[in-house]
Amino acid sequence: MAAKSVLELVGNTPLVELTRLSPKPGIRLFAKLEGQNPTGSLKDRIALAMVETAEASGELEPGRELLEPTSGNTGISLAMVARVKGYSLTCVMPENATEERKRLLKLMGAKIVLSPADQGTNGSVQAALELAGRESQYYMPFQYANDANPRAHYEGTGAEIVGELDRVDVLVAGLGTGGTLMGAGARVREAFPDAVIAAAEPLPGDPVIGLRSLEDGYVPPILDVAKLDRKLLVTNTESVAAVRALLDEEAIFAGISSGAVVHAARKLASELDDGVVVCILADGGWKYLSASFWAAEDVEAAMETSIWW
Amino acid sequence: MTTVRIPPTLREQTGGEATISASGETVRELLDDLTGRFPALRDRIYAEGELARFVNVYVGGEDVRTKDGLETPVGDGSTVILLPAMAGGC
Repeated sequence: MAAKSVLELVGNTPLVELTRLSPKPGIRLFAKLEGQNPTGSLKDRIALAMVETAEASGELEPGRELLEPTSGNTGISLAMVARVKGYSLTCVMPENATEERKRLLKLMGAKIVLSPADQGTNGSVQAALELAGRESQYYMPFQYANDANPRAHYEGTGAEIVGELDRVDVLVAGLGTGGTLMGAGARVREAFPDAVIAAAEPLPGDPVIGLRSLEDGYVPPILDVAKLDRKLLVTNTESVAAVRALLDEEAIFAGISSGAVVHAARKLASELDDGVVVCILADGGWKYLSASFWAAEDVEAAMETSIWW
Repeated sequence: MTTVRIPPTLREQTGGEATISASGETVRELLDDLTGRFPALRDRIYAEGELARFVNVYVGGEDVRTKDGLETPVGDGSTVILLPAMAGGC
């Protein structure tokens, strides 16, 4: 039966076994392809959930405008939801976000406000909070502090994984807002109490860390690090190598964070004799095609000035 | 000895040094050695005797908050990385 709108196509993403990337015969490695959501990332799930939760509570009414700090995926997902439901959307992002993302957001009808590149995502968050405080027409879903974010992954992503597998020993996802790990992690742990919930996070280059003080640091309110069993730093070089391995071995074109997730998953899998390891691949590689690192000899140098996920 | 990587946000307190050798069998001992030599670091790294909320410490590439915190053992020759907590999640 045909869907009534693209919003009905969010979620229920495919799970595929990565037979060639499994590090040893006793390990079954699976990938959940979140790039197959309508706008190409798992953020479709949380955008839809955050907007519908706000509509149900009465916080979001016709005439109000959506505002969100986002360097891409969440904005593109919110733009889809906003278009279908008839809201306008403004995205605040660092000025060095990739061109595809800015262009796609504009094509989908979003307005863009740029924040300083050297302040990264933290700068976008600050700028959006200030704008929302100043102008009352804005409703800011704010994925970093919105319970609908982890709930979408509890009820969707996590439930889908649990429904398809009869064993999960390790679940690996990228750490951004923490929504995927908190939500899907909780659901997987309910079904498989001994499952290890592991975060892969990027090792940022010095230019990204910048000259800001530690007081400008930010821990998303929805993230409870105590609920993670492992938290692994992955370098940009390792992430890109794993993105290439996904292409070479499995013909899967995934984004940078997915590379980090696969790198971390293989490392954790190598600590086990046997077991089932599930990777959540947050997006496809399409929105990174214009980035310079694909052809760079020095991947770190090409990537160190941006936050990639 | 252990190599400790200092983020740009803390280099004012280390006289500009990006990597410093320190000794200690746990993260606490290591950071005590470090803050003994660079006292200005102490108020930045610790809050009420624990790791400050916006400071992440990694041993062997893993966050000590998912290991044994300040009591996490540090192997000889390993690398310890200090990083500010930063928002991700584009």
